[in-house]
Amino acid sequence: MTAPRTRAPLGVPTSLTQGSGTRGGIGESTLRPDGVLKVEGEFAYASDLWHEDMLWGHTLRSTEAHAEIRSIDTAEALATPGVYAVLTYDDLPSPVKNYGLEFQDTPVLAHGKVRHHGEPVALVAADHPETARRAAAKIRVDYAALPLVTDEATATAGDAPLLHADRTDHHSGHVPHPNVVHRQPVVRGDAAKAAARADVTVTGDYVFGMQDQAFLGPESGLAVPAEDGGVELYVATQWLHSDLWQIAPVLGLPEDKVRMTLSGVGGAFGGREDLSMQIHACLLALRTGKPVKIVYNRFESFFGHVHRHPARLHYEHGATRDGKLTHLKCRIVLDGGAYASSTPAVVGNAASLAAGPYVVEDVDIEAVGLYTNNPPCGAMRGFGAVQACFAYEAQMDKVAAALGMDPVEFRRINAMEQGSRLPTGQVVDSPAPVAELLRRVRARPLPPERQWLTAGEAPDVRALPGGLSNTTHGEGVVRGIGYAVGIKNVGFSEGFDDYSTARVRLEALNGVPVAVVHTAMAEVGQGGVTVHAQIARTELGVAQVTIHPADTRVGSAGGTSASRQTYVTGGAVKHTCENVRAKVLEIGRRKFGTYHPAWATAELLLEDGKVVTDGGEVLADLADVLGDEAVDLELEWRHRPTEAFDLRTGQGNGHVQYSFAAHRAVVEVDTELGLVKVVELAVAQDVGKALNPLSVVGQIQGGTTQGLGVAVMEEIIVDPATAKVRNPSFTDYLIPTILDTPAIPVDVLELADQHAPYGLRGVGEAPTLSATPAVLAAIRDATGLALNRTPVRPEHLTGTGTGSGQGTGTGTGTGSGQGTGTGT
Amino acid sequence: MRVDLTVNGRRQYADDVWEGESLLYVLRERMGLPGSKNACEQGECGSCTVRLDGVPVCACLVAAGQAEGREVVTVEGLAQQARDRAGRDAGADDEAAALSPVQRAFVDAGAVQCGFCTPGLLVATDEMLERNPSPSDADIREALSGNLCRCTGYEKILDAVRLAAARRDEGATP
Repeated sequence: MTAPRTRAPLGVPTSLTQGSGTRGGIGESTLRPDGVLKVEGEFAYASDLWHEDMLWGHTLRSTEAHAEIRSIDTAEALATPGVYAVLTYDDLPSPVKNYGLEFQDTPVLAHGKVRHHGEPVALVAADHPETARRAAAKIRVDYAALPLVTDEATATAGDAPLLHADRTDHHSGHVPHPNVVHRQPVVRGDAAKAAARADVTVTGDYVFGMQDQAFLGPESGLAVPAEDGGVELYVATQWLHSDLWQIAPVLGLPEDKVRMTLSGVGGAFGGREDLSMQIHACLLALRTGKPVKIVYNRFESFFGHVHRHPARLHYEHGATRDGKLTHLKCRIVLDGGAYASSTPAVVGNAASLAAGPYVVEDVDIEAVGLYTNNPPCGAMRGFGAVQACFAYEAQMDKVAAALGMDPVEFRRINAMEQGSRLPTGQVVDSPAPVAELLRRVRARPLPPERQWLTAGEAPDVRALPGGLSNTTHGEGVVRGIGYAVGIKNVGFSEGFDDYSTARVRLEALNGVPVAVVHTAMAEVGQGGVTVHAQIARTELGVAQVTIHPADTRVGSAGGTSASRQTYVTGGAVKHTCENVRAKVLEIGRRKFGTYHPAWATAELLLEDGKVVTDGGEVLADLADVLGDEAVDLELEWRHRPTEAFDLRTGQGNGHVQYSFAAHRAVVEVDTELGLVKVVELAVAQDVGKALNPLSVVGQIQGGTTQGLGVAVMEEIIVDPATAKVRNPSFTDYLIPTILDTPAIPVDVLELADQHAPYGLRGVGEAPTLSATPAVLAAIRDATGLALNRTPVRPEHLTGTGTGSGQGTGTGTGTGSGQGTGTGT
Repeated sequence: MRVDLTVNGRRQYADDVWEGESLLYVLRERMGLPGSKNACEQGECGSCTVRLDGVPVCACLVAAGQAEGREVVTVEGLAQQARDRAGRDAGADDEAAALSPVQRAFVDAGAVQCGFCTPGLLVATDEMLERNPSPSDADIREALSGNLCRCTGYEKILDAVRLAAARRDEGATP
């Protein structure tokens, strides 16, 4: 790890502490400890791993979305020179043959039937990846097609085929139909009665497309068989222990024989919460006795992980003439696809956050998650709150329009604040600066009109919709402005025991105090490793902190998800450091206590390698206190407990913390061709305390851009007639390029949450919520169109498409396109 | 077949190369240079950008045989290339020379999160600054539009390129 370098903090701190007494502590924009390796090309991602004598694994996936498997013939594949093993369901070594995050409903390899396009059916290990691919193509699978379940109507029909007959999971007893994974109502007050008070009532039906995480580093890992019959697994994941708890039973091994180490992770965004190649690589390694590496290509990656749930949302809001919301009735239908993954928790989030960051006393909310034959859906940044935000923010604009009010003013009137009560009955007990965030993005100066002319006399087409396609020089281009704000929970909710573990060792090496921090936290790019070192410097007053590689030799850190790692694993590092410090001071009192009365009477701190009083007086060098002793502790830490939501009313203190962000989008639309240029996407967010301002701003800008993507280009197209994915590639599934992405000015507030470590607030997800509805609002403002679905495609703006947008071909993006620079 | 090429200034060869292998596969799996990344293997993402006789290309779209006898520069060679340009040798503990100015700027500006797109972006940026030492923002966006990043929202990448260009203007070594 390199020495910390400091830079001026970015953003505008509005309260709270700045930094600490030790250089490189919290509040400073210290640089990533892995940054140098990453720019040198030396950082070992999971797909870079190599082992002497290793084989390559390959997965054969179903070509059908719902079919009986009549037979599988592997003989020809097995006879291929260079092939070491071919495995099917019949080769699984343990009575446990399914896994899953919430329900154990996902087969390791298909048994008797496949339930979605791309489901794993067989595995091959060979001495070259192309040999493995070609051998897999020789496996003959005889499928007999079964009727498809593709939406709510087909899933809940009386004679609907059941995706999973004989369910025994913990939601099976209360759902209205076996093809409903989970149903969560949230009922408070009397929405029907309150509706009578409304001067205006506004309804809307909204559709949210299926988004892919599209992390750049494909699913990969290396499994190495061990002499004790176990396996060493090096893998890119979001939660090592969750993987371990699912892998070991299927391999028929005790957990201590599956030893996992995190390898370099090329992004995650929720897509690595579920297992992908982990069990498959272990099975092949244990069967062949050789190390086995599996690396998905991009095509396979689109089938190798769950996606964001597509959703259909029906909303009704009422308001009085003076702009106060009277009630909310809504119904949110999330398509979970063939396996449950984290659908129950996504349903809980969508239901509990369906009203958004607004005060509405009378609500009648229902969210359901479906089993269908569509691709499985689960975690993606924003996790159920994203879909709801798209709908309720569209509604806010519509209600404001119906009242003849300014949309930001209407939001301000109804904005929640600290002390407000959510539809779940939970009181928001930390700052909730919803109105202030909106005020800040609105107060920002607007980008100049006709900005494509500001550079000179000839228009710079790069600044226009259509970009270098040179489709307009400004003719037919209109500007629009839109606002949105959202609410996201932080941390695991609904009574889940959300804890993390940190091991911290402090010792003097050659007279220099050094701390080693060991957690199982998955660094996926977010910068947790940077922040953990900062916390250790702040708490222990040492300059040198080493972050131990993450593995399962230390207790669970929970997932790198739910915006929780700085809060929970950061909290565990802080807690363990505090206990290490107490032990160090005990040693100091024992050794030096008689030399100075302050050892007994003063509040003592560790700063700059010294024991100091809170008055700043130096009592001893830390190295002298430690001598030859090392203080080494491994401790767990948990945030305040949460409660389950009542299954009928949705009441309960289900969440531990909330995170808020607001966006203002400025767009220009070529109305003749239906092309959109997002000119600026300004954001304001309360982060409680920016432990590393540079990283915080990076999270906000990255999250904003993923919200932009699903506003104007990103959608996995599933053919409704076949339930097959039509665009599994970066040629056909477009994510924003640097040309599609506008300037993203960021305004950071720091209003402390007194319940959280250092007052911090989880940052990663909130900006993904409000970016999408802000862009949609801006396009509506520019065009006057209703636009009830996202992503918006050109045909929705020109009126030349089929309208529904389902199965009408792949998205065409904003027109600036990909691949116009280097490369091809 | 055998493939001979010059990689980062050194003659290298690989034996038993199957004709269908890409330059990217040979670099990563046969020459021990996994710095160039395999994010789409379809020429869309730019993560595998290398220079082939000076021209930036997606190594996944170049058949290994096409690189026969040619010069390749990968992310692993950027620091040495920068030292060669500056006409100086790196001392073993010369931290300033351990990274090229573009690499240094990406670290300093916070342009690296997961880092998977970074090698390709570094090669593309380095080539752009060679052609256009004082790029406008629009120039930067155009030149880097073939390199996808999913983490950063590109703002810090723009910062990094501006920083690298500014430091070059100042003539300052990073």
